[in-house]
Parts: sequence; structure tokens; C-alpha cells
Amino acid sequence: MFDALADKLQGVLGGLRKSGRLDEETIGKAMREIRLALLEADVNFKVVKEFVESVRERALGQDVLKSLTPGQQVVKIVHEELAALMGQGDSRLAFGRPPTVILMVGLQGSGKTTASAKLALRLRKEGKNPALVPVDLARPAAIEQLEQLGKQIQIPVYRSELRDPVAVAREGLERARAEGIDVLIVDTAGRLHVDEALMAELVAIRDATKPMNILLVLDAMTGQEAVTVAEAFQQQVAFDGVILTKLDGDARGGAALSVKAVTGKPIKFASVGEKLDQLEVFHPERMSSRILGMGDVLSLIEKAEEAIEADDAVEMEKRMRSGEFTFDDFLQSYRMLRRMGPLKGVLGMIPGLGKQMEGLDVDEKQMARVEAIILSMTPKERRTPHLINGSRRLRIARGSGVSVQEVNKLLTARKEMQKMMKHLGKGKMPALSPQALGRAGRR
Amino acid sequence: MTLGWAELLGDAAAPEPEESRRGLFRRLRGGLSRSRTALAERIAAIRFDPDDDETWQELEEALILGDVGVQAAGELVQRLGRRRSIDDLGTALAEEVAGLFGPPPRLDLAHKPAVILVVGVNGTGKTTTIGKLASRLTASGRSVLVGAGDTFRAAAEEQLEVWAKRAGADFVGSNKGQDPAAVAFDAIEAGIARGHDVVIIDTAGRLHTQTNLMEELIKVRRVIERRLPGAPHETLLVLDATTGQNGLQQAKIFSQAVQVTGVVLTKLDGTAKGGIVIPIAYDLGLPVKLIGVGETLDDLRPFDAADFGRALVGGDPGEDTAAD
Repeated sequence: MFDALADKLQGVLGGLRKSGRLDEETIGKAMREIRLALLEADVNFKVVKEFVESVRERALGQDVLKSLTPGQQVVKIVHEELAALMGQGDSRLAFGRPPTVILMVGLQGSGKTTASAKLALRLRKEGKNPALVPVDLARPAAIEQLEQLGKQIQIPVYRSELRDPVAVAREGLERARAEGIDVLIVDTAGRLHVDEALMAELVAIRDATKPMNILLVLDAMTGQEAVTVAEAFQQQVAFDGVILTKLDGDARGGAALSVKAVTGKPIKFASVGEKLDQLEVFHPERMSSRILGMGDVLSLIEKAEEAIEADDAVEMEKRMRSGEFTFDDFLQSYRMLRRMGPLKGVLGMIPGLGKQMEGLDVDEKQMARVEAIILSMTPKERRTPHLINGSRRLRIARGSGVSVQEVNKLLTARKEMQKMMKHLGKGKMPALSPQALGRAGRR
Repeated sequence: MTLGWAELLGDAAAPEPEESRRGLFRRLRGGLSRSRTALAERIAAIRFDPDDDETWQELEEALILGDVGVQAAGELVQRLGRRRSIDDLGTALAEEVAGLFGPPPRLDLAHKPAVILVVGVNGTGKTTTIGKLASRLTASGRSVLVGAGDTFRAAAEEQLEVWAKRAGADFVGSNKGQDPAAVAFDAIEAGIARGHDVVIIDTAGRLHTQTNLMEELIKVRRVIERRLPGAPHETLLVLDATTGQNGLQQAKIFSQAVQVTGVVLTKLDGTAKGGIVIPIAYDLGLPVKLIGVGETLDDLRPFDAADFGRALVGGDPGEDTAAD
């Protein structure tokens, strides 16, 4: 999602990293590039200005010039400032005496209805007992949409015959109370921040339901306008946090950077796919790492944790960091990856791979062949791959019904992966050719 | 003169009420008394001095604030710089903006039935646009059929059906999860059999990065073309005016996949003025054909480059309607 920005910053700071000395001119050049990259990423230009200024100031500071590796220092500064700009830590929802009300607000088409259903599903997974109430009486079939989504995830949707959104919300709250619901999500109609009548209606709904959480649903593809929209909603209904939607596209997502900076409200969740379970907690530090092309090992591990046993996760991380990578690890991570969802998304989180993933299509069917090849190895061969000589290769190829060439490709791929893990352990990332990666995933 | 529906549809000019044109500009400017666009505000604040580098930089920043993009902003500033004299910055800039767009757009409806395929990312307003377009086309005396090709989003079919009824258009429904290409095929079959003039086909919103969904869209187009050679005669990409630089990427990839013939810019009634269509029109040569300026049936209008330029940079609204 932020890949393009990461690439740009990598391009600029990559050069800076190599140069041992840091002078005003080099920094100035880097800052111009960063400014341009951020603007092209739709970060609000006022935010960009301040950001670049604070990075420049710190970069020119004494501690940087004295340090042995000023280039890396600047990368570190950009990283820290970026994370600071997006907010600190992940932010939880507030819960009070049940039913806790969550009010979903935003422009038309930002994805409120889908986000409402996703949030309900997420809350139920966390042990809550949520319900949904659609108060979007404006858009044709908006209520049907929420009802159908509710049916899919088996969460009650409070439909009403009333024609006034405020009354519908109030009725929903009473029903929630009567039915022992602990979280009520109110899905409101999309509205323009400049529409006074509709904004007043939103205030009335808020006052009638007294929400503990008001969430602004914001499209990740929003341009410079994100700031204007966020400021207007902030002034009129005072939201508590943001759900960033459509983050699975290739929008660079500058809106995420801007909104926190101008409203002080955190981005709480990010919607990363069309499936109803694809709503994730938003982690600013991780996103910042990602922007800088440092990868997102934490998210990767978290995804892995969902897919595998906790013990395995610890073991896996240890192995990834130790730089050891046998065919057993290969097989385990392959199986894990397949459980974690579409491979491309997962690989995108691996440090340094963001750029290389471009234009690379991973054939999921081919992965089954890879598994077959590994399963045709003896346990000893899997542990100590250098044992695999010519005749063993032939046997493995026969056993898995592939050509020797394909076995060779896999052997090379494992070597590359091991190299990658070693660098990862040291916090560095070598340039990896798409071919090397592709070897593992496709013909 | 603001482009009217008759010109867009290639009909003999039925005079459009002056009032509706005048009202349009006001709408396009979006409740200006209350909220001038941020861009217009900045441009108004610039004390223009062509010899001062600072001025040019401020101007560039203002354009970037309008989502015009770094490159197109640079191009506009350069073009302004080549002018010998500039009386009024807003007016001059509006002219340059308008100059980046091609000739006035046309909708190609000279087929029976003419097929219009509507595509775009999620939440841009495809279904609503189809409802308004169908209504406008029936008002122009054409018989219209709409096909519910969005078989993914919950209740998308119901939403379109409501619009079809409002517009007085025929409707071909679908089942959830059904192959959208099959729906498109049925819609064209029905359109031919029932002798309709225009068939409009809705599709599910999809992010242009989702390869499998883009493949699905390519298939929809292929099936349409096979059933009716030469169709779809128009493939319209619906783009939200609040979209930032990602809009360029959307336009590029949708064009590559299904040969987009024009852009519909929606939600212009907010403070966002859709500056992203400038690089789309200029870099990709993709014409903007329609704009959405509000929620009622009449709020879909032909795109007029001069009006757009003035609305974007906040040129003086006093003269333009009078100039009609």
C-alpha cells in the first residue's frame, strides 16, 4: 500500500546511507525528494512542510554530524518522525456500561456499512455480543445491504419502520438494552462535511445515543481533501478515531499521515480486503517501518500467530532471526504462509520485498508442487540440505513427479531464503531478485 | 457557453433553461459563500508578482493542494509563465486548466442498442451515476435498460432497481454471486429483444490492484463484445472527486484492462474539486464526460472544461453565466 513511497525514500536515503558524510547540501537534496514523495503520496502539504522541517532540523543537529554513520541516522530520524506523525501506539476502543455505542460517520462511499459489519465481527471474536443498527435512510437499499451482511456473520441488525434517523437510532439503543447487547454499532448515512442539515442530523443522532466511540471512516485513496473532511467532522461531532478503508489498494495512503497530524485522533483500524474478517488494528510504528522499506516483521509474526500455535511462532521468529533455514523450516513456513492468506500480501510484509513484489505474480498452485518436492526428501535431507547430491536429486524428482531442474530451483531458492534470513537477523536486507523469489513460487 | 446535454448526446439542440445552467455553476462551486475551495482561497490570497519566485512556488503549492499533482502543477505553472501578461491570476489559471482538456466530450449513442459499461473502484458512486444517467437518457426520449452487474456487494441489485424505477428504465436483475459476464450478456440480449436504445451495465466496485477481479472485468467486456460486436460503445470510469494521486493509477489500470472511453467525476458538491482529473486528461488523454454535483436525479451534468477550470481555481463567477 505505501510501497511506492517506501521505494522513493529508499532511493534517496539509499544514497545517503552510503555516503559517510552529511552536509547541508546532501540533506537539502534528500529533503526535497522526501517532500515530493510525500506530496505524491497525498500527504497534506502543510503536514509535509512541517514534517520536512522537523526532519531537517534534527538531521542537521550536532549528534547526527558527530555520529559515525550519519546516513543511517537520517533514516532513523525520518522513521521516528513518521511514526510520531501517525500517532503513538495502537489505540483501543472505549467500553462503558453496556450497551456501548459506536457511531460510524463519514463521506459517501468511504465504506461505512462494510466497516460496520467488519467491526461487529471483530468485536464478537473478542468475546463481545454486538448488534448493528442501520440509520442510513437516504441511500437506496443501504439497510438491505447491512441486513445481508449481518446475516452472513450472524449478528443481529435492528431494522426499523420509523422514518427519522434519530428515532431509529434511539429505538435501536432501547432494543439493544432490552436484549442484553453489549456493543451497538450505529451505521449512519454518508454525508458531505459541508452539508449543514445532515451534519446537524448527525449531531442529533450522537446526542440521542451518547456513543463512547465515534469513528470516522476514511477512504485510504483520499487526496489533500482528507484534512478538510477530518477537520470538519472533528469540529462538528468530535470523533475519537479513524477507520482507514480500502488499504488493500496501491494508494500510498498519505491521508493516514495527515489526519492524525491535524486532528490528533488516532487511526484505530485498517480495512485490508473485501472479506468481512479483513479489518486489522492499525499500527503506526509498523506502518512507518513499512514506508521506509524496513518491512513489517511484527505484523507478519502476528499473522503467523493467528495461523500457527504460539510456541511455533516464537520458534519461527527465533529461526528467522538466527538465519538458519532448513527445508523443515521451508515447509513449515510454506504451510503457514498458505494459511495466512494470499501469498502476495504476506510477502509484501517481508522487509525489502515490497519493491521486488512489483509485477511478480505468485502461482498458488505451484506451491503445492513445492510441498511435494520437500515431502519427497528424507528427514535428514530436510535438516541438512547440503547432503542432496545428484542421485538424491534424481530420486526426489521422481518421488514428487517433477523434473530435476525444478528440484534444483527449489534448492537454490532455499539458499537465497537462508541468506535473506541471515541478513534479516542482522537487520539488513540484501537486494533479492524476483527470479530468486519466483523460483520458490512458480515455474 | 456551458456544455449542455444535447451537445453531449449528439442530439438536435433542445434549448436548456438558462436557469439550470446558471444553477449548475453555483452548484459546481459548491456552496461557495460558506466554503470556498481551499485551493481557490489560496489562489485568491496570492499577491501575484511574476518576477517573484516565491509567488510561483505558492501557486504550485496551491495546485498541489487541489490534488492536481506535482507534475501537472509544474506544467500549469510553466504555461502561465509563458504568458506575456496576466491580468487576473484566477482567470488565467482557469483558462490554462481548461486548455489541458481536449475538445468537448460526446457520448457515443449512435448504435441500437448503444451499450455503456460502468466501472470503478469501490464507493465512487457507480450505481447512483447509472441511475441519474438512465433518467437523463429516458428524458431525452431514449428507452433504456440497466443491468445489475454488481453481483458482489450486498444489496447492490436492490439499490440499482430503485434507481431504474425512478428513471423509468427497464431492469435486468441478477443473483448474488452470479457471473457478472452472464448478467451483461442477459442485459444485452434483453436490450436487443425489447428494442431498447441504450443498455447500461453496472459492475461491482473493485480495486484496480486485485488481479482476479480485473480479470473478471475483462471477461465482462469480452462477453459484451462477442454478443454485440463494437460494444461496449462507452466504458465509463467513475471517479470520486476526493480521490488523490491514486486516481491516476486507477485510470491507467482500468484503461489498460477495459479500454475506458471517459471519466465520470462524482461528488463535486463537496469542497474537493477533483484536480486529479487534470493529469488523467492530460497524461492519459482520457476525456472527462460527466460530473456529479449532488444527490438528486438532475445533478449529473455534462463536463465543461471552462466551468471546471473556474470552479477549481475560483475564477470570478459573475461573468461566466452572463457570457452564455
